Amino acid sequence: MANLKTAEKKTKAQSMGMHTETLTGKTQQKFFNPDEAENFFYWGTYDVDFNKRTDLDVKDLDCKQANRKIDELMSQGYGTIVIKNPQGKHSLGVGVLNKLNLIFEGSLGYFGVGSIDGPIVRVNGRVGWSCAENMMAGKVVIEKNAGSCFGAAIRGGDLICKGSVGARTGIDQKGGTIIIGGDAGAFTGFMMQRGRIVILGDVGINLGDSMYDGTIYVGGKIGSFGSDAVESPMTKDDIDWLKRKLKVAEIGENFDVSKMTKIVAGKKLWNYDALEPTEKKGAI
Amino acid sequence: MCGIAGLIHRGKSSNVGEELQHMLQALKHRGPDSTGYALYADNDGQNFILRFKVGENVGEGSTSVNEDESVYNERKKAVDKKLSELGSLVVKEEKLTPYSYRYEIKFDKDLMEFSKSIESIQSVEILSIGKSLELIKDLGDATVVSERYGLNKVQGTHGIGHARMATESGVDIKSAHPFWGYPFADVSVVHNGQLTNYWNNRRVLENKGMRFMSECDSELIAVFLAERMRNGATLEEGMKESLTGLDGVFTYFVATKDSLGMAKDTMAAKPLVLYESDDLVAMGSEEIAIRSILPQEIDTYDPFDGEVKVWQT
Repeated sequence: MANLKTAEKKTKAQSMGMHTETLTGKTQQKFFNPDEAENFFYWGTYDVDFNKRTDLDVKDLDCKQANRKIDELMSQGYGTIVIKNPQGKHSLGVGVLNKLNLIFEGSLGYFGVGSIDGPIVRVNGRVGWSCAENMMAGKVVIEKNAGSCFGAAIRGGDLICKGSVGARTGIDQKGGTIIIGGDAGAFTGFMMQRGRIVILGDVGINLGDSMYDGTIYVGGKIGSFGSDAVESPMTKDDIDWLKRKLKVAEIGENFDVSKMTKIVAGKKLWNYDALEPTEKKGAI
Repeated sequence: MCGIAGLIHRGKSSNVGEELQHMLQALKHRGPDSTGYALYADNDGQNFILRFKVGENVGEGSTSVNEDESVYNERKKAVDKKLSELGSLVVKEEKLTPYSYRYEIKFDKDLMEFSKSIESIQSVEILSIGKSLELIKDLGDATVVSERYGLNKVQGTHGIGHARMATESGVDIKSAHPFWGYPFADVSVVHNGQLTNYWNNRRVLENKGMRFMSECDSELIAVFLAERMRNGATLEEGMKESLTGLDGVFTYFVATKDSLGMAKDTMAAKPLVLYESDDLVAMGSEEIAIRSILPQEIDTYDPFDGEVKVWQT
Protein backbone atom coordinates (compact mmCIF):
# COMPACT_ATOMS: atom_id res chain seq x y z
CA MET A 1 0.00 0.00 0.00
CA ALA A 2 1.59 3.26 -1.08
CA ASN A 3 1.57 6.06 1.43
CA LEU A 4 2.98 8.85 -0.65
CA LYS A 5 2.77 11.42 2.09
CA THR A 6 6.07 10.10 3.41
CA ALA A 7 7.65 9.27 0.05
CA GLU A 8 10.71 11.44 -0.41
CA LYS A 9 11.44 10.80 -4.08
CA LYS A 10 9.33 10.13 -7.12
CA THR A 11 8.62 6.54 -7.95
CA LYS A 12 9.40 5.22 -11.41
CA ALA A 13 5.66 5.20 -12.17
CA GLN A 14 5.41 8.89 -11.37
CA SER A 15 8.42 9.82 -13.43
CA MET A 16 6.91 7.90 -16.35
CA GLY A 17 3.77 10.01 -15.95
CA MET A 18 1.57 7.03 -15.12
CA HIS A 19 0.18 8.91 -12.17
CA THR A 20 0.96 12.27 -10.72
CA GLU A 21 -1.08 12.46 -7.55
CA THR A 22 0.71 12.96 -4.26
CA LEU A 23 -1.88 11.65 -1.92
CA THR A 24 -2.10 12.67 1.71
CA GLY A 25 -4.51 12.30 4.56
CA LYS A 26 -7.17 9.65 4.46
CA THR A 27 -6.85 8.74 0.81
CA GLN A 28 -4.69 5.76 0.05
CA GLN A 29 -4.34 4.06 -3.27
CA LYS A 30 -2.33 1.16 -4.58
CA PHE A 31 -0.70 1.93 -7.91
CA PHE A 32 0.77 -0.41 -10.48
CA ASN A 33 4.49 -0.55 -9.83
CA PRO A 34 6.64 -1.05 -12.97
CA ASP A 35 9.60 -1.87 -10.70
CA GLU A 36 7.82 -5.08 -9.93
CA ALA A 37 6.56 -5.66 -13.46
CA GLU A 38 8.25 -8.99 -13.99
CA ASN A 39 6.54 -10.39 -10.92
CA PHE A 40 3.24 -8.69 -11.65
CA PHE A 41 0.35 -11.02 -12.48
CA TYR A 42 -3.03 -9.63 -13.47
CA TRP A 43 -5.29 -12.46 -12.38
CA GLY A 44 -7.85 -13.71 -14.88
CA THR A 45 -6.27 -12.30 -18.04
CA TYR A 46 -5.12 -14.08 -21.15
CA ASP A 47 -3.00 -13.32 -24.16
CA VAL A 48 -5.41 -13.94 -27.04
CA ASP A 49 -5.20 -13.79 -30.83
CA PHE A 50 -7.94 -11.77 -32.57
CA ASN A 51 -7.56 -13.99 -35.64
CA LYS A 52 -8.41 -17.10 -33.65
CA ARG A 53 -12.20 -17.19 -33.82
CA THR A 54 -14.93 -19.46 -32.52
CA ASP A 55 -18.68 -19.60 -31.92
CA LEU A 56 -20.30 -20.40 -28.59
CA ASP A 57 -23.98 -21.36 -28.42
CA VAL A 58 -25.30 -20.51 -24.94
CA LYS A 59 -28.89 -21.60 -25.57
CA ASP A 60 -28.69 -24.41 -23.04
CA LEU A 61 -26.19 -22.81 -20.67
CA ASP A 62 -26.93 -20.65 -17.65
CA CYS A 63 -24.93 -17.45 -17.17
CA LYS A 64 -22.25 -19.02 -14.98
CA GLN A 65 -21.69 -21.87 -17.40
CA ALA A 66 -21.55 -19.45 -20.34
CA ASN A 67 -19.07 -17.14 -18.63
CA ARG A 68 -16.86 -20.05 -17.60
CA LYS A 69 -16.90 -21.25 -21.20
CA ILE A 70 -15.84 -17.78 -22.44
CA ASP A 71 -13.02 -17.84 -19.90
CA GLU A 72 -11.97 -21.29 -21.05
CA LEU A 73 -11.92 -20.19 -24.71
CA MET A 74 -9.79 -17.15 -23.87
CA SER A 75 -7.39 -19.38 -21.99
CA GLN A 76 -7.01 -21.34 -25.24
CA GLY A 77 -6.07 -18.11 -27.04
CA TYR A 78 -9.36 -17.40 -28.81
CA GLY A 79 -9.49 -13.64 -29.42
CA THR A 80 -12.79 -13.45 -31.32
CA ILE A 81 -15.77 -15.18 -29.72
CA VAL A 82 -19.26 -15.07 -31.21
CA ILE A 83 -22.03 -15.83 -28.71
CA LYS A 84 -25.09 -17.45 -30.28
CA ASN A 85 -28.58 -17.47 -28.71
CA PRO A 86 -28.01 -15.27 -25.64
CA GLN A 87 -31.83 -14.93 -25.47
CA GLY A 88 -31.91 -12.17 -22.88
CA LYS A 89 -29.94 -14.07 -20.25
CA HIS A 90 -28.44 -12.03 -17.43
CA SER A 91 -24.80 -11.30 -16.61
CA LEU A 92 -23.28 -12.66 -19.81
CA GLY A 93 -19.73 -11.60 -20.72
CA VAL A 94 -18.91 -10.09 -17.34
CA GLY A 95 -15.42 -9.70 -15.92
CA VAL A 96 -13.41 -9.94 -19.16
CA LEU A 97 -10.13 -8.24 -18.25
CA ASN A 98 -8.10 -8.58 -21.44
CA LYS A 99 -8.39 -7.66 -25.10
CA LEU A 100 -11.06 -9.67 -26.88
CA ASN A 101 -13.54 -9.34 -29.72
CA LEU A 102 -16.79 -10.45 -28.12
CA ILE A 103 -19.85 -10.52 -30.37
CA PHE A 104 -23.37 -11.35 -29.17
CA GLU A 105 -25.78 -12.51 -31.86
CA GLY A 106 -28.90 -11.50 -29.94
CA SER A 107 -30.03 -9.66 -26.83
CA LEU A 108 -28.70 -9.63 -23.28
CA GLY A 109 -30.60 -9.40 -20.01
CA TYR A 110 -29.45 -7.48 -16.94
CA PHE A 111 -25.83 -6.71 -16.03
CA GLY A 112 -24.43 -7.75 -19.42
CA VAL A 113 -20.67 -7.24 -19.95
CA GLY A 114 -20.23 -5.70 -16.50
CA SER A 115 -16.85 -5.04 -14.89
CA ILE A 116 -14.88 -5.41 -18.10
CA ASP A 117 -11.43 -3.99 -18.72
CA GLY A 118 -10.38 -3.93 -22.34
CA PRO A 119 -12.56 -6.03 -24.67
CA ILE A 120 -14.34 -4.81 -27.77
CA VAL A 121 -17.96 -5.91 -27.50
CA ARG A 122 -20.76 -5.77 -30.03
CA VAL A 123 -24.33 -6.73 -29.13
CA ASN A 124 -26.47 -7.32 -32.20
CA GLY A 125 -29.61 -6.90 -30.15
CA ARG A 126 -30.85 -5.16 -27.03
CA VAL A 127 -29.47 -5.06 -23.49
CA GLY A 128 -31.32 -4.92 -20.18
CA TRP A 129 -30.57 -2.90 -17.04
CA SER A 130 -27.04 -2.00 -15.98
CA CYS A 131 -25.16 -2.91 -19.14
CA ALA A 132 -21.36 -2.50 -18.81
CA GLU A 133 -21.61 -1.44 -15.17
CA ASN A 134 -18.15 -0.61 -13.76
CA MET A 135 -16.49 -0.89 -17.18
CA MET A 136 -12.83 0.18 -16.96
CA ALA A 137 -11.72 0.19 -20.59
CA GLY A 138 -12.69 -1.10 -24.01
CA LYS A 139 -15.52 -0.41 -26.41
CA VAL A 140 -19.09 -1.69 -26.23
CA VAL A 141 -21.58 -1.14 -29.07
CA ILE A 142 -25.26 -1.97 -28.64
CA GLU A 143 -27.09 -2.11 -31.96
CA LYS A 144 -30.63 -1.75 -30.54
CA ASN A 145 -32.09 -0.33 -27.30
CA ALA A 146 -30.86 -0.53 -23.72
CA GLY A 147 -32.57 -0.60 -20.34
CA SER A 148 -32.02 1.63 -17.32
CA CYS A 149 -28.71 2.30 -15.58
CA PHE A 150 -26.81 1.97 -18.85
CA GLY A 151 -23.12 2.42 -18.07
CA ALA A 152 -23.59 2.81 -14.33
CA ALA A 153 -20.32 3.77 -12.62
CA ILE A 154 -18.11 3.24 -15.66
CA ARG A 155 -14.51 4.38 -15.21
CA GLY A 156 -13.36 4.41 -18.80
CA GLY A 157 -13.88 3.19 -22.34
CA ASP A 158 -16.55 3.94 -24.93
CA LEU A 159 -20.08 2.68 -24.36
CA ILE A 160 -22.42 3.18 -27.30
CA CYS A 161 -26.12 2.45 -27.74
CA LYS A 162 -27.47 3.07 -31.22
CA GLY A 163 -31.08 3.01 -30.00
CA SER A 164 -32.76 4.52 -26.94
CA VAL A 165 -31.94 3.92 -23.28
CA GLY A 166 -33.94 3.88 -20.05
CA ALA A 167 -33.56 5.96 -16.89
CA ARG A 168 -30.38 6.80 -14.94
CA THR A 169 -27.95 6.35 -17.82
CA GLY A 170 -24.41 7.05 -16.58
CA ILE A 171 -25.43 7.13 -12.93
CA ASP A 172 -22.28 7.52 -10.82
CA GLN A 173 -20.13 7.67 -13.97
CA LYS A 174 -16.47 8.16 -13.09
CA GLY A 175 -14.89 8.38 -16.53
CA GLY A 176 -15.17 7.22 -20.12
CA THR A 177 -17.78 8.14 -22.70
CA ILE A 178 -21.39 7.07 -23.13
CA ILE A 179 -23.03 7.79 -26.49
CA ILE A 180 -26.74 7.32 -27.17
CA GLY A 181 -28.14 7.47 -30.69
CA GLY A 182 -31.77 7.78 -29.62
CA ASP A 183 -33.55 9.11 -26.53
CA ALA A 184 -32.65 8.74 -22.84
CA GLY A 185 -34.93 8.54 -19.80
CA ALA A 186 -35.11 10.42 -16.49
CA PHE A 187 -32.13 11.11 -14.21
CA THR A 188 -29.54 10.70 -16.96
CA GLY A 189 -26.10 11.47 -15.52
CA PHE A 190 -27.37 11.27 -11.95
CA MET A 191 -24.42 11.96 -9.61
CA MET A 192 -21.88 11.57 -12.41
CA GLN A 193 -18.38 12.46 -11.36
CA ARG A 194 -16.28 12.44 -14.50
CA GLY A 195 -16.47 11.52 -18.17
CA ARG A 196 -18.89 12.48 -20.90
CA ILE A 197 -22.40 11.50 -21.94
CA VAL A 198 -23.65 12.28 -25.46
CA ILE A 199 -27.34 11.92 -26.32
CA LEU A 200 -28.40 12.65 -29.87
CA GLY A 201 -32.13 12.47 -29.13
CA ASP A 202 -34.35 13.77 -26.34
CA VAL A 203 -33.72 13.26 -22.66
CA GLY A 204 -36.14 13.00 -19.73
CA ILE A 205 -36.54 14.92 -16.51
CA ASN A 206 -33.83 15.70 -13.94
CA LEU A 207 -30.91 15.59 -16.34
CA GLY A 208 -27.55 15.61 -14.53
CA ASP A 209 -29.16 15.70 -11.11
CA SER A 210 -26.52 16.25 -8.40
CA MET A 211 -23.65 15.76 -10.86
CA TYR A 212 -20.24 16.50 -9.37
CA ASP A 213 -18.36 16.94 -12.59
CA GLY A 214 -18.23 15.67 -16.17
CA THR A 215 -20.07 16.88 -19.24
CA ILE A 216 -23.36 15.95 -20.88
CA TYR A 217 -24.23 16.87 -24.48
CA VAL A 218 -27.86 16.66 -25.66
CA GLY A 219 -29.01 16.94 -29.27
CA GLY A 220 -32.78 16.98 -28.67
CA LYS A 221 -35.21 18.28 -26.07
CA ILE A 222 -34.46 18.22 -22.34
CA GLY A 223 -37.32 17.29 -19.96
CA SER A 224 -35.80 19.31 -17.13
CA PHE A 225 -32.46 20.00 -15.50
CA GLY A 226 -31.67 18.26 -12.25
CA SER A 227 -30.36 19.93 -9.15
CA ASP A 228 -27.08 21.78 -9.80
CA ALA A 229 -26.95 20.90 -13.52
CA VAL A 230 -26.39 24.01 -15.62
CA GLU A 231 -26.02 24.84 -19.28
CA SER A 232 -22.58 25.84 -20.51
CA PRO A 233 -21.54 27.34 -23.87
CA MET A 234 -20.32 24.93 -26.55
CA THR A 235 -16.70 25.55 -27.49
CA LYS A 236 -14.71 24.65 -30.59
CA ASP A 237 -13.01 21.93 -28.55
CA ASP A 238 -16.40 20.45 -27.68
CA ILE A 239 -17.44 20.41 -31.33
CA ASP A 240 -14.17 18.88 -32.51
CA TRP A 241 -14.30 16.23 -29.83
CA LEU A 242 -17.95 15.36 -30.59
CA LYS A 243 -17.29 15.04 -34.32
CA ARG A 244 -14.35 12.75 -33.69
CA LYS A 245 -16.15 10.68 -31.10
CA LEU A 246 -19.35 10.20 -33.10
CA LYS A 247 -17.29 8.92 -35.98
CA VAL A 248 -15.65 6.37 -33.70
CA ALA A 249 -19.08 5.49 -32.36
CA GLU A 250 -20.39 4.73 -35.85
CA ILE A 251 -23.45 6.93 -35.31
CA GLY A 252 -24.52 10.48 -36.02
CA GLU A 253 -21.68 11.25 -38.39
CA ASN A 254 -23.87 13.81 -40.16
CA PHE A 255 -25.35 15.17 -36.92
CA ASP A 256 -24.95 18.93 -36.44
CA VAL A 257 -23.11 18.82 -33.13
CA SER A 258 -22.76 22.60 -32.96
CA LYS A 259 -26.47 22.82 -32.04
CA MET A 260 -26.17 20.46 -29.10
CA THR A 261 -26.74 21.64 -25.54
CA LYS A 262 -23.85 21.25 -23.13
CA ILE A 263 -24.58 20.58 -19.46
CA VAL A 264 -22.06 20.70 -16.63
CA ALA A 265 -22.13 20.78 -12.84
CA GLY A 266 -22.95 24.13 -11.30
CA LYS A 267 -20.76 23.02 -8.38
CA LYS A 268 -23.04 24.67 -5.84
CA LEU A 269 -23.58 21.37 -4.07
CA TRP A 270 -19.90 20.71 -3.51
CA ASN A 271 -19.01 20.26 0.11
CA TYR A 272 -15.31 19.47 0.19
CA ASP A 273 -14.03 22.56 1.92
CA ALA A 274 -12.90 20.49 4.88
CA LEU A 275 -10.51 18.50 2.72
CA GLU A 276 -6.96 19.37 1.75
CA PRO A 277 -6.55 20.43 -1.92
CA THR A 278 -4.87 17.16 -2.90
CA GLU A 279 -7.65 15.18 -1.23
CA LYS A 280 -10.26 17.09 -3.21
CA LYS A 281 -8.68 15.93 -6.43
CA GLY A 282 -8.76 12.36 -5.24
CA ALA A 283 -12.36 12.61 -4.13
CA ILE A 284 -14.06 13.71 -7.34
CA MET B 1 -38.85 -7.69 -5.82
CA CYS B 2 -41.64 -9.60 -7.66
CA GLY B 3 -41.99 -10.28 -11.35
CA ILE B 4 -44.90 -9.32 -13.59
CA ALA B 5 -45.77 -10.44 -17.08
CA GLY B 6 -48.56 -9.80 -19.53
CA LEU B 7 -49.54 -10.42 -23.10
CA ILE B 8 -52.36 -9.51 -25.45
CA HIS B 9 -53.17 -11.06 -28.80
CA ARG B 10 -54.80 -8.68 -31.21
CA GLY B 11 -57.63 -10.04 -33.30
CA LYS B 12 -57.19 -13.68 -32.30
CA SER B 13 -57.08 -16.11 -29.43
CA SER B 14 -54.21 -18.23 -28.28
CA ASN B 15 -53.23 -20.56 -25.48
CA VAL B 16 -52.73 -17.67 -23.06
CA GLY B 17 -52.68 -19.95 -20.03
CA GLU B 18 -49.64 -21.86 -21.23
CA GLU B 19 -47.93 -18.74 -22.59
CA LEU B 20 -48.29 -16.87 -19.31
CA GLN B 21 -47.12 -19.91 -17.38
CA HIS B 22 -43.86 -19.91 -19.36
CA MET B 23 -43.42 -16.17 -18.87
CA LEU B 24 -43.99 -16.33 -15.12
CA GLN B 25 -41.86 -19.41 -14.66
CA ALA B 26 -38.98 -17.50 -16.29
CA LEU B 27 -39.44 -14.86 -13.58
CA LYS B 28 -39.56 -17.30 -10.67
CA HIS B 29 -36.28 -15.96 -9.24
CA ARG B 30 -38.03 -12.60 -8.73
CA GLY B 31 -40.78 -14.08 -6.60
CA PRO B 32 -41.02 -17.69 -5.43
CA ASP B 33 -43.74 -17.26 -2.77
CA SER B 34 -46.92 -17.26 -4.82
CA THR B 35 -48.08 -16.96 -8.42
CA GLY B 36 -51.22 -15.48 -9.84
CA TYR B 37 -52.91 -15.39 -13.21
CA ALA B 38 -55.66 -13.19 -14.63
CA LEU B 39 -56.62 -14.91 -17.86
CA TYR B 40 -59.22 -13.50 -20.26
CA ALA B 41 -60.67 -16.67 -21.63
CA ASP B 42 -62.84 -17.49 -24.62
CA ASN B 43 -65.98 -17.98 -22.55
CA ASP B 44 -69.40 -17.66 -24.15
CA GLY B 45 -70.07 -14.40 -22.33
CA GLN B 46 -73.54 -15.50 -21.24
CA ASN B 47 -72.81 -16.01 -17.56
CA PHE B 48 -70.58 -14.49 -14.90
CA ILE B 49 -67.59 -16.51 -13.77
CA LEU B 50 -67.34 -16.22 -10.00
CA ARG B 51 -64.08 -17.36 -8.46
CA PHE B 52 -63.90 -17.32 -4.69
CA LYS B 53 -62.06 -18.86 -1.80
CA VAL B 54 -63.38 -20.00 1.55
CA GLY B 55 -60.02 -20.43 3.25
CA GLU B 56 -56.30 -20.18 2.80
CA ASN B 57 -53.44 -22.29 1.56
CA VAL B 58 -51.35 -21.82 4.67
CA GLY B 59 -47.61 -21.99 4.04
CA GLU B 60 -44.47 -20.78 5.77
CA GLY B 61 -44.66 -17.04 6.34
CA SER B 62 -48.44 -16.95 6.18
CA THR B 63 -50.41 -14.73 8.51
CA SER B 64 -53.49 -16.84 7.90
CA VAL B 65 -54.85 -19.60 10.10
CA ASN B 66 -54.89 -23.25 9.10
CA GLU B 67 -58.45 -24.54 9.30
CA ASP B 68 -60.19 -27.87 9.01
CA GLU B 69 -61.71 -28.66 5.63
CA SER B 70 -65.11 -29.12 7.27
CA VAL B 71 -65.06 -25.40 8.07
CA TYR B 72 -64.53 -24.69 4.37
CA ASN B 73 -67.50 -26.85 3.49
CA GLU B 74 -69.73 -24.93 5.89
CA ARG B 75 -68.64 -21.64 4.35
CA LYS B 76 -69.32 -22.97 0.87
CA LYS B 77 -72.84 -23.87 1.96
CA ALA B 78 -73.25 -20.32 3.30
CA VAL B 79 -72.14 -18.92 -0.06
CA ASP B 80 -74.67 -21.10 -1.88
CA LYS B 81 -77.41 -19.86 0.45
CA LYS B 82 -76.43 -16.22 -0.14
CA LEU B 83 -76.39 -16.72 -3.89
CA SER B 84 -79.88 -18.08 -3.76
CA GLU B 85 -81.07 -15.18 -1.58
CA LEU B 86 -79.52 -12.69 -4.01
CA GLY B 87 -81.45 -14.18 -6.90
CA SER B 88 -78.43 -15.69 -8.57
CA LEU B 89 -78.69 -18.97 -10.44
CA VAL B 90 -75.66 -21.26 -10.29
CA VAL B 91 -75.32 -22.87 -13.72
CA LYS B 92 -72.13 -24.79 -13.02
CA GLU B 93 -69.87 -25.25 -10.03
CA GLU B 94 -66.33 -26.64 -9.71
CA LYS B 95 -64.36 -27.33 -6.56
CA LEU B 96 -60.75 -26.60 -7.54
CA THR B 97 -59.01 -27.09 -4.20
CA PRO B 98 -60.39 -27.60 -0.70
CA TYR B 99 -60.51 -23.82 -0.37
CA SER B 100 -61.31 -22.44 -3.82
CA TYR B 101 -64.24 -22.65 -6.21
CA ARG B 102 -65.24 -21.62 -9.70
CA TYR B 103 -68.94 -20.99 -10.33
CA GLU B 104 -70.78 -19.98 -13.47
CA ILE B 105 -73.76 -17.90 -12.40
CA LYS B 106 -76.61 -15.94 -13.89
CA PHE B 107 -76.97 -12.54 -12.24
CA ASP B 108 -78.14 -9.16 -13.52
CA LYS B 109 -78.11 -6.86 -10.50
CA ASP B 110 -75.59 -4.60 -8.78
CA LEU B 111 -72.21 -6.33 -8.41
CA MET B 112 -71.08 -4.20 -5.48
CA GLU B 113 -74.03 -5.17 -3.29
CA PHE B 114 -73.67 -8.75 -4.49
CA SER B 115 -69.98 -8.83 -3.54
CA LYS B 116 -70.55 -7.22 -0.16
CA SER B 117 -73.19 -9.78 0.66
CA ILE B 118 -71.04 -12.78 -0.32
CA GLU B 119 -67.98 -11.43 1.47
CA SER B 120 -69.97 -10.81 4.65
CA ILE B 121 -69.46 -14.55 5.25
CA GLN B 122 -66.38 -15.01 7.42
CA SER B 123 -63.13 -15.66 5.49
CA VAL B 124 -64.87 -15.76 2.13
CA GLU B 125 -63.19 -13.67 -0.54
CA ILE B 126 -64.27 -13.18 -4.13
CA LEU B 127 -61.15 -13.49 -6.25
CA SER B 128 -62.89 -12.27 -9.37
CA ILE B 129 -66.15 -11.74 -11.16
CA GLY B 130 -66.30 -11.38 -14.90
CA LYS B 131 -67.62 -12.81 -18.10
CA SER B 132 -64.17 -13.62 -19.44
CA LEU B 133 -61.86 -13.06 -16.43
CA GLU B 134 -60.48 -16.20 -14.78
CA LEU B 135 -58.39 -15.06 -11.80
CA ILE B 136 -56.32 -17.76 -10.12
CA LYS B 137 -53.70 -17.29 -7.43
CA ASP B 138 -52.07 -19.61 -4.98
CA LEU B 139 -48.79 -20.45 -3.28
CA GLY B 140 -46.03 -21.92 -5.43
CA ASP B 141 -44.35 -21.14 -8.70
CA ALA B 142 -46.07 -20.69 -12.05
CA THR B 143 -45.92 -24.35 -13.01
CA VAL B 144 -47.20 -25.57 -9.65
CA VAL B 145 -50.18 -23.20 -9.73
CA SER B 146 -50.91 -23.89 -13.39
CA GLU B 147 -50.93 -27.64 -12.83
CA ARG B 148 -53.03 -27.31 -9.67
CA TYR B 149 -55.73 -25.37 -11.53
CA GLY B 150 -55.31 -26.81 -15.05
CA LEU B 151 -54.41 -23.49 -16.66
CA ASN B 152 -52.19 -24.65 -19.49
CA LYS B 153 -55.18 -25.34 -21.73
CA VAL B 154 -56.95 -21.98 -21.23
CA GLN B 155 -57.58 -20.30 -24.58
CA GLY B 156 -58.07 -16.56 -24.61
CA THR B 157 -56.98 -13.21 -25.92
CA HIS B 158 -54.90 -11.78 -23.09
CA GLY B 159 -53.70 -12.14 -19.55
CA ILE B 160 -51.51 -10.73 -16.82
CA GLY B 161 -49.64 -12.53 -14.07
CA HIS B 162 -47.44 -12.11 -11.07
CA ALA B 163 -44.63 -14.02 -9.33
CA ARG B 164 -44.58 -12.70 -5.78
CA MET B 165 -41.83 -12.17 -3.27
CA ALA B 166 -43.72 -11.26 -0.12
CA THR B 167 -42.37 -8.11 1.51
CA GLU B 168 -45.19 -5.97 2.89
CA SER B 169 -47.60 -8.71 3.91
CA GLY B 170 -47.92 -12.45 4.46
CA VAL B 171 -47.32 -15.43 2.23
CA ASP B 172 -50.93 -16.30 1.51
CA ILE B 173 -53.53 -16.16 -1.23
CA LYS B 174 -55.26 -13.04 0.05
CA SER B 175 -52.00 -11.08 -0.36
CA ALA B 176 -51.12 -12.62 -3.70
CA HIS B 177 -51.65 -10.89 -7.02
CA PRO B 178 -53.53 -10.28 -9.28
CA PHE B 179 -56.13 -8.19 -7.49
CA TRP B 180 -59.64 -7.96 -8.80
CA GLY B 181 -60.82 -4.40 -9.52
CA TYR B 182 -63.79 -4.70 -7.16
CA PRO B 183 -66.64 -4.10 -7.97
CA PHE B 184 -66.01 -4.04 -11.71
CA ALA B 185 -66.41 -7.20 -13.72
CA ASP B 186 -63.35 -8.32 -15.65
CA VAL B 187 -60.83 -5.86 -14.15
CA SER B 188 -57.54 -7.10 -12.68
CA VAL B 189 -54.20 -5.60 -11.59
CA VAL B 190 -50.65 -6.83 -10.95
CA HIS B 191 -47.89 -4.68 -9.52
CA ASN B 192 -44.14 -4.66 -8.97
CA GLY B 193 -42.90 -2.11 -6.45
CA GLN B 194 -43.80 -0.49 -3.16
CA LEU B 195 -46.45 2.14 -2.46
CA THR B 196 -45.63 4.56 0.32
CA ASN B 197 -48.96 6.35 0.74
CA TYR B 198 -50.97 3.16 1.11
CA TRP B 199 -52.67 3.91 4.42
CA ASN B 200 -53.58 7.51 3.55
CA ASN B 201 -55.17 6.39 0.30
CA ARG B 202 -56.81 3.38 1.92
CA ARG B 203 -58.53 5.51 4.57
CA VAL B 204 -59.87 7.88 1.92
CA LEU B 205 -61.07 5.08 -0.35
CA GLU B 206 -62.69 3.09 2.46
CA ASN B 207 -64.61 6.21 3.44
CA LYS B 208 -65.91 6.24 -0.12
CA GLY B 209 -67.22 2.69 0.26
CA MET B 210 -64.40 0.82 -1.45
CA ARG B 211 -63.26 -2.50 0.00
CA PHE B 212 -59.82 -3.89 0.82
CA MET B 213 -59.34 -7.60 1.47
CA SER B 214 -55.65 -7.62 2.35
CA GLU B 215 -52.93 -5.41 3.74
CA CYS B 216 -50.88 -5.75 0.58
CA ASP B 217 -50.00 -2.30 -0.77
CA SER B 218 -50.54 -3.47 -4.33
CA GLU B 219 -54.26 -3.93 -3.73
CA LEU B 220 -54.44 -0.16 -3.50
CA ILE B 221 -53.85 0.16 -7.24
CA ALA B 222 -56.87 -1.99 -8.10
CA VAL B 223 -59.06 -0.11 -5.62
CA PHE B 224 -57.70 3.28 -6.74
CA LEU B 225 -58.49 2.56 -10.40
CA ALA B 226 -61.89 1.06 -9.59
CA GLU B 227 -62.87 4.15 -7.60
CA ARG B 228 -61.83 6.45 -10.48
CA MET B 229 -63.76 4.35 -12.99
CA ARG B 230 -66.75 4.29 -10.67
CA ASN B 231 -66.72 8.08 -10.92
CA GLY B 232 -66.73 8.06 -14.69
CA ALA B 233 -63.03 8.04 -15.61
CA THR B 234 -61.86 5.78 -18.40
CA LEU B 235 -59.27 3.16 -17.58
CA GLU B 236 -56.51 5.22 -19.22
CA GLU B 237 -57.58 8.39 -17.36
CA GLY B 238 -57.52 6.52 -14.08
CA MET B 239 -54.07 5.14 -14.83
CA LYS B 240 -52.71 8.59 -15.63
CA GLU B 241 -54.17 9.91 -12.36
CA SER B 242 -52.42 7.10 -10.52
CA LEU B 243 -49.01 8.49 -11.50
CA THR B 244 -49.56 11.38 -9.11
CA GLY B 245 -52.11 9.81 -6.74
CA LEU B 246 -49.81 6.94 -5.79
CA ASP B 247 -46.48 7.55 -4.08
CA GLY B 248 -43.64 5.10 -4.30
CA VAL B 249 -42.08 3.02 -7.01
CA PHE B 250 -44.20 0.95 -9.32
CA THR B 251 -44.73 -0.69 -12.62
CA TYR B 252 -48.19 -2.18 -12.90
CA PHE B 253 -50.45 -3.84 -15.45
CA VAL B 254 -54.20 -3.60 -15.53
CA ALA B 255 -56.49 -5.66 -17.74
CA THR B 256 -60.15 -5.45 -18.69
CA LYS B 257 -62.24 -7.73 -20.87
CA ASP B 258 -60.84 -6.22 -24.06
CA SER B 259 -57.73 -4.24 -23.10
CA LEU B 260 -54.39 -4.38 -21.34
CA GLY B 261 -52.52 -1.39 -19.94
CA MET B 262 -49.22 -0.59 -18.26
CA ALA B 263 -48.07 2.33 -16.12
CA LYS B 264 -44.62 3.19 -14.85
CA ASP B 265 -43.86 5.62 -12.04
CA THR B 266 -42.20 8.97 -12.69
CA MET B 267 -38.82 7.77 -11.41
CA ALA B 268 -38.81 4.67 -13.61
CA ALA B 269 -37.54 2.75 -10.63
CA LYS B 270 -39.06 -0.59 -11.55
CA PRO B 271 -38.18 -2.49 -14.69
CA LEU B 272 -40.33 -3.33 -17.68
CA VAL B 273 -39.44 -4.66 -21.10
CA LEU B 274 -41.95 -4.41 -23.92
CA TYR B 275 -42.41 -6.14 -27.25
CA GLU B 276 -45.01 -4.83 -29.68
CA SER B 277 -46.05 -6.24 -33.04
CA ASP B 278 -49.23 -5.99 -35.10
CA ASP B 279 -50.74 -9.11 -33.58
CA LEU B 280 -49.06 -9.47 -30.18
CA VAL B 281 -47.90 -7.28 -27.30
CA ALA B 282 -45.84 -9.04 -24.63
CA MET B 283 -44.23 -7.49 -21.58
CA GLY B 284 -42.43 -8.48 -18.45
CA SER B 285 -40.09 -7.42 -15.69
CA GLU B 286 -37.24 -9.03 -17.59
CA GLU B 287 -36.66 -9.86 -21.22
CA ILE B 288 -36.31 -13.56 -20.45
CA ALA B 289 -40.07 -13.63 -19.79
CA ILE B 290 -40.75 -12.52 -23.36
CA ARG B 291 -38.03 -14.82 -24.73
CA SER B 292 -39.77 -17.76 -23.11
CA ILE B 293 -42.55 -17.46 -25.71
CA LEU B 294 -40.64 -15.68 -28.49
CA PRO B 295 -37.17 -17.22 -28.68
CA GLN B 296 -36.39 -15.66 -32.07
CA GLU B 297 -34.60 -12.32 -32.29
CA ILE B 298 -37.11 -9.50 -31.71
CA ASP B 299 -37.02 -5.78 -30.99
CA THR B 300 -37.86 -4.83 -27.43
CA TYR B 301 -37.63 -1.62 -25.42
CA ASP B 302 -38.07 -0.13 -21.95
CA PRO B 303 -40.97 2.31 -21.57
CA PHE B 304 -39.88 5.64 -20.12
CA ASP B 305 -40.70 7.17 -16.74
CA GLY B 306 -44.31 8.23 -16.24
CA GLU B 307 -45.47 6.30 -19.28
CA VAL B 308 -49.00 4.90 -19.60
CA LYS B 309 -50.01 2.66 -22.49
CA VAL B 310 -53.21 0.75 -23.24
CA TRP B 311 -53.72 -1.85 -25.97
CA GLN B 312 -56.99 -3.31 -27.25
CA THR B 313 -57.62 -6.92 -28.30
